[in-house]
Amino acid sequence: MSRLAKERSAFTRRAALIGAGEALVFGGIAARLYNLQITDHGKYALLARQNSISERLVAPERGLITDRFGVILAGNQQHWRALFMQAMAPEPQAVLQNFFTLVNVSPDEQARIAQDLASRPGYIPVMLKDFLNWQDMAAIEVNTPNLPGVVVEVGASRVYPLGPVAAHAVGYVARPNRKEASADTVLSLPGMRVGRTGVEDVQDGALRGQPGFVQTETNVHGALVREVAHDAGTPGQTVALSLDAGLQQLAIASLADNTGAVVMLDATNGEILAMASTPGFDPGLFDKGVPSAVWNGWMSDAKDPLQNKAIAGLFAPGSTFKPTVALSAMQAGLLTGDSILTCTGSFTLGDHVFWCDNHVAHGSINLTTALQVSCDVFFYQVALLAGIDRMAAMASQLGLGVDLGADLPNAAPGLVPTLAWAHGRGIHWAEGSTVVQGIGQGYTQLTPMALATMIARVATGTAVGPHVTRRVGGELQIGAATTDWPALDVDDRYLATIRQGLFEVVNTPSGTAYASRLTIDGVQMAGKTGTAQVHNNTAAQKQKNFNDMTMAWEDRPNALFIGYAPFDNPRYAIAVVVEHGNFGAQSAAPIAKAMMTYAIQNDPSGRDAPLSVPLQSGTAALPVNGT
Amino acid sequence: MMIESSLSLRRPFRERSFGLAAKFLRINWLFMLCIGLLAGVGYAALYSAAGGSPQPYAQGQIIRFAGMMVLVLCIAMVDIRIIAKLSWPSYVVGIALLLVVMKFGHTGLGAKRWVTIGGIELQPSELMKLFLAMALAAYFKRATPEQTGNILYVLPAVVAIAIPFALILKEPNLGTAVILAAIGAVVMLAAGVRWWWFAIVIVIIAVSAPVLYEHLHAYQKARIITFLNPGSDPLGAGYNIIQSKIALGSGGFFGQGYLHGTQNQLNFLPEKQTDFVFTIIAEEFGYFGSMVVLALLFTIVTLAFYTAMTCNHVYGRLVALGIGTNFFLYCFVNLSMVMGLIPVGGVPLPLISYGGSALTAVMLGFGVLQSIHVHRDVEFGDGHDF
Repeated sequence: MSRLAKERSAFTRRAALIGAGEALVFGGIAARLYNLQITDHGKYALLARQNSISERLVAPERGLITDRFGVILAGNQQHWRALFMQAMAPEPQAVLQNFFTLVNVSPDEQARIAQDLASRPGYIPVMLKDFLNWQDMAAIEVNTPNLPGVVVEVGASRVYPLGPVAAHAVGYVARPNRKEASADTVLSLPGMRVGRTGVEDVQDGALRGQPGFVQTETNVHGALVREVAHDAGTPGQTVALSLDAGLQQLAIASLADNTGAVVMLDATNGEILAMASTPGFDPGLFDKGVPSAVWNGWMSDAKDPLQNKAIAGLFAPGSTFKPTVALSAMQAGLLTGDSILTCTGSFTLGDHVFWCDNHVAHGSINLTTALQVSCDVFFYQVALLAGIDRMAAMASQLGLGVDLGADLPNAAPGLVPTLAWAHGRGIHWAEGSTVVQGIGQGYTQLTPMALATMIARVATGTAVGPHVTRRVGGELQIGAATTDWPALDVDDRYLATIRQGLFEVVNTPSGTAYASRLTIDGVQMAGKTGTAQVHNNTAAQKQKNFNDMTMAWEDRPNALFIGYAPFDNPRYAIAVVVEHGNFGAQSAAPIAKAMMTYAIQNDPSGRDAPLSVPLQSGTAALPVNGT
Repeated sequence: MMIESSLSLRRPFRERSFGLAAKFLRINWLFMLCIGLLAGVGYAALYSAAGGSPQPYAQGQIIRFAGMMVLVLCIAMVDIRIIAKLSWPSYVVGIALLLVVMKFGHTGLGAKRWVTIGGIELQPSELMKLFLAMALAAYFKRATPEQTGNILYVLPAVVAIAIPFALILKEPNLGTAVILAAIGAVVMLAAGVRWWWFAIVIVIIAVSAPVLYEHLHAYQKARIITFLNPGSDPLGAGYNIIQSKIALGSGGFFGQGYLHGTQNQLNFLPEKQTDFVFTIIAEEFGYFGSMVVLALLFTIVTLAFYTAMTCNHVYGRLVALGIGTNFFLYCFVNLSMVMGLIPVGGVPLPLISYGGSALTAVMLGFGVLQSIHVHRDVEFGDGHDF
């Protein structure tokens, strides 16, 4: 072999070796690629997905609150808000600084944002600013590249179309506090609200709903590329109340500038058709935060606008307590409808004289007449006959001074004293205390709701309990049917006697509420007026003429009225309290008349759906039949 | 002498006057088809890197490639003996350019690598690899086995490698410097230098590696550290490796679909149009696409070796081997880097990555390679033609 051939074969050998080495390397690369792309594909596909897909929770829409006919009492209004997804921003602090230069955010809010960012997981967006205006929107839109992770989305704020009209019943919502938010992650979502009082509070669970999520594909800078998946979550359920917006508005309008409360119940099942408390407040303010000036105004107002006087206002029942007193004596066999007691205008117990109203002597009268003319002396004697504990027992049966179990927060049970109660309090119970108990004075303190319940029970003989939630998510709630409620353990003959007395109060010329009788053909209202002193009046004070309008407002007696209609087939029960309204007949009974007339005309209890042809509302426009 | 005369019968171009048309037909057209296909793949990848647009990468790159294609065909027509005579002058020019870069070059990605000549950006270190292979081939083309076994004869060749190696290392560009040294070593090995000398050198380097490491630049050390543990700094230097591996792995067998790779389209890969261009193909066309590209790259290397082995003069054999190895090392370093097998270095994937200087260097090499292929049978008349 020549030198050249030797050289050539040596070269070929080495070149082939080098080539084989390089081929081996290519094979290694192919193997490595197989490993990455086929064997570990699942792992890397997941990583790629996590890279680009970010998920965040979305607050569900809060459920509506409507009246029984679907009139919206609490709804949601859309607005724009800016949220921040810190997981989507490479440098959250820089983004926040950019945002703060574009949109005015108060130092307090900036501190809140910093705290939220530190305490929340990445998939929970943090609210940067709610209620964006157009300038804010434009500024954010233009500067999107500098604001990775900032999302502008539609949020909902709570609105109350009727404003103060149904404020106490419906309640209001507010942002969850930090403790609530940390206890429930869902509550830390921007836009989530927690019911603070009223139905918003009691039905918070049903109204809240389940959160949804948005999956978005984002690029390396966190800028949104597209929405991959969207689940709106489950909106809160609609809660339909038993309220009738029309009745509610009429109640508020009737109370006008007075401080007081009106409660109207369906006497057959305890559904609350109207529950008004004045003065009121705008529940919509709580959603954005109540301005401190407004808040301070409420706090310093002696009339306490935030209090729902219908369930938390405590009033001496005055003469509206008399049916209870009479029933307690009748139940004990100490009084019948035929019993005659004598009124000489005053009643003397020991050295103490208890006067009848205006010192009028009613003479020898029976129970129905005593109710009709509201004779105090008659009931002083009945009270002594029955005794304090029997009165309390009957009151308790009728729903007075007990927890009524209403589906409303902050309800006060009120108080009807017993000897045990007095003993427990170290109060020496004199017989005189029993005497004034006969006319609903003294220690007795009741809410308008309790009075309405009592008159409903007297009217129907059924132990109905007041409740305001009628349907949740369309499902009729327990309590809507009369058969859901037990019968009252009171002899129907006794109740009939009382009802007769209450009928005469309104429908006979000498009855105290004759001026407020219904002017609807064939329908009568039964009721009882009450005029309750607001101080522990002495006999001398009682001699003074209540009707003296020169008396300071806060010294004037409270005006009360309880009643039901139609008399022969009770459906609507009402309790009206006008604080310092002087006589019940003067200021409370006319409100009851207006409410009853509306109720009889529109008959909201008998229906779920609104009338196809709306009836005229309000007494002024009522057709007057038979007069 | 019989063998010699019979060989000479197969040499149509032993004279310098031969027809252009005949030369043109002798070009390795399979090779040209492969680089054309790879350029097509590159166009598709760059089109995708721009989110489905020929701007700003794909169109410019394909125009540049077309120009370079013409250059390759022109160089292929130049007699290899003329090119051989230019070997040492080219080497000197290359060294001069490296010095110019050191003095006046502009910085990119923390290193002085580029110099602009007549509006064309050049990386002299890329050209230097070709010039070194040519110079070494010219040096060894007349070497006898006795000479290649003589350390004193080999030493100047080592110096010829060491000078550009040191200059490129100083840029600093460790990756290219190592590739340059490897090309020099391969050419010397092919020229017949004793294989165990290489073994000794490799052992010495391995032993002194910790010392050398101390002299590396901070960024080079960081690369090595993050390479060894990419998770240690996911948003820093290790970020590229992690995102690159995610892109490759998420491709699966057939890929996420053209223009639908999330890693690519959503910009999770930095500089994806240059060094990480392979991830686009792997992510959007999957293992299938990767293998097609790998097969094309391997075919080009194989054809370069084929040219080397079928060449009838030592100069051509050595240069072709050097050019083939250069291309192979480009592919190896780039793909290994993309897969996280070796530390990240600024080495593009030839013919596919966006950028002019690497393409220019590679295509110049291919021009020389085709000149070798066309003139594989010419006689240098120095007694070392086969």
